[in-house]
Amino acid sequence: MEKENVIVVNNMYKSFKHNDILKGISLTLQKGENLGVVGKSGIGKSVLIKCIVRLIEPDRGEVDVLGTNILKCNDIELNEIRKKVGYLFQGGALYDSMSVRENLLFPIRRTQFVDKMHDAQELIEGSLRSVGLIDAIDKMPSELSGGMKKRIALARTLILKPDIILYDEPTTGLDAVTSGEISELIIKIREEYNTASIIITHDMKCAKIATDSIKIMKDGRFLEQGTYDQLSRSEEKEIRDYFI
Amino acid sequence: MARIKISVIKQRLKGRLKVKEETRNFYNGIFIDLGELILFTGKVIRQFFQPPFEFRELIKHSFLLGNKSLALVGVTGFIMGLVLTMQMNPILTDFGAQTLLPGVIAVSMIRELGPVITGLICAGKLSSGIGAEIAAMTVTEQIDAMEVSGSRPLSFVVASRVLATTLVVPVLVIFADAFSLLGAFLAVNIFESMPFTLFINLSFSMLDFVDLLPATLKTVFFGFFIGLIGCYKGYTAGRGTESVGHAANTAVVASSLTIFVIDLIFVLITSIL
Repeated sequence: MEKENVIVVNNMYKSFKHNDILKGISLTLQKGENLGVVGKSGIGKSVLIKCIVRLIEPDRGEVDVLGTNILKCNDIELNEIRKKVGYLFQGGALYDSMSVRENLLFPIRRTQFVDKMHDAQELIEGSLRSVGLIDAIDKMPSELSGGMKKRIALARTLILKPDIILYDEPTTGLDAVTSGEISELIIKIREEYNTASIIITHDMKCAKIATDSIKIMKDGRFLEQGTYDQLSRSEEKEIRDYFI
Repeated sequence: MARIKISVIKQRLKGRLKVKEETRNFYNGIFIDLGELILFTGKVIRQFFQPPFEFRELIKHSFLLGNKSLALVGVTGFIMGLVLTMQMNPILTDFGAQTLLPGVIAVSMIRELGPVITGLICAGKLSSGIGAEIAAMTVTEQIDAMEVSGSRPLSFVVASRVLATTLVVPVLVIFADAFSLLGAFLAVNIFESMPFTLFINLSFSMLDFVDLLPATLKTVFFGFFIGLIGCYKGYTAGRGTESVGHAANTAVVASSLTIFVIDLIFVLITSIL
């Protein structure tokens, strides 16, 4: 049986001034799938997922998220879709004036996800347990290490129980051990929350552990798609070079 | 020889064209900025009426912003009153109109100098602070994180701060006015002895309700635009760390200029009425 498509991007273009970043990108993400997008820095991988949630407006193309064309949504409809899409930012983007507890409470409170405070506390603790950082609940972001910040940011993403998670360089700036832990965590979250994910990375170890299939991006287009094993054994040297 | 001349002419032409393009970009930028600010204002005003309302944030920012500027505004008001009285005293004495001194000081401070100077202080202190704070949030993607979780940062971050400055600036102006009268009272007593009640009676003898209403009303607009411009500059900041400083800087310049424009509009309206 064919799986349901949760994200369909069709022929998307984006340029900044005279610099073409995305040149007719198309991709499909299915329910429960972890899709990796790899490529060199500055080629527009982050722009791609920002366009998917309309943090950046694409110039042309179609973007369907959970069956809704988000480019035709008004603000209210867009907010409703965004509640179902989690986004892990490169630097974590924790609210530095709030404690970890408040960081996690914030999206619940603002989106009125639960009515009672008691339920919110349960959700916060459950989410922190999922990332293994329940002890950090009353700490401030400035007291956390890079890896902890990423985990807390992931816990905050999970709190609204999203159907899709977009990971923007989840292992950048972390040591090899912590990177491995984050990659394992991505898999664990998929199993626990039944999410579909797009993982933007140039960390091939992360791509190997956390993705089902990989798309290689170059010059604003996808060069090739396949599993880690298929691509790493590709006949083309250009493709194999990404896996060295 | 002829070749050299042509190349020099080409270079000069290129230079002129570049200057022309830069000038055009600069003026285009002003209009684009103005248009975006108007759209931003509309979005922010809409947030005032959309739940969930952030009363806790409003109270927090009102306290922080007000508390932060209270001492500066008080001291400035006091010195302004003192200096203005010391400057005016010899002039009015020459005309034998010394008894008018408290009234003249009260009118000039409450009608014009108090609101404008407090407005400028708030533009420097509050608008830049708000601009830098929100720009830092933009640079570290905190605003994007709110946006992408459907948490409506315009309501939480912007509307609460704009409302806070709208409420706080009029209070600060009243505070500055009061301290300026205290300064004036002290200065008057340097030249001659005058009881406080008489000073207050003389001060308010020249003031009408129509003086107080526009003076207070314009400070509400000052507060609104100080908050709004600070938030706008922070919200639309670029991605680099230098954009934090740029946001703070441009917020001060734009809100100071706006204060003068609002003041001019109110003076024109009140003079017509």
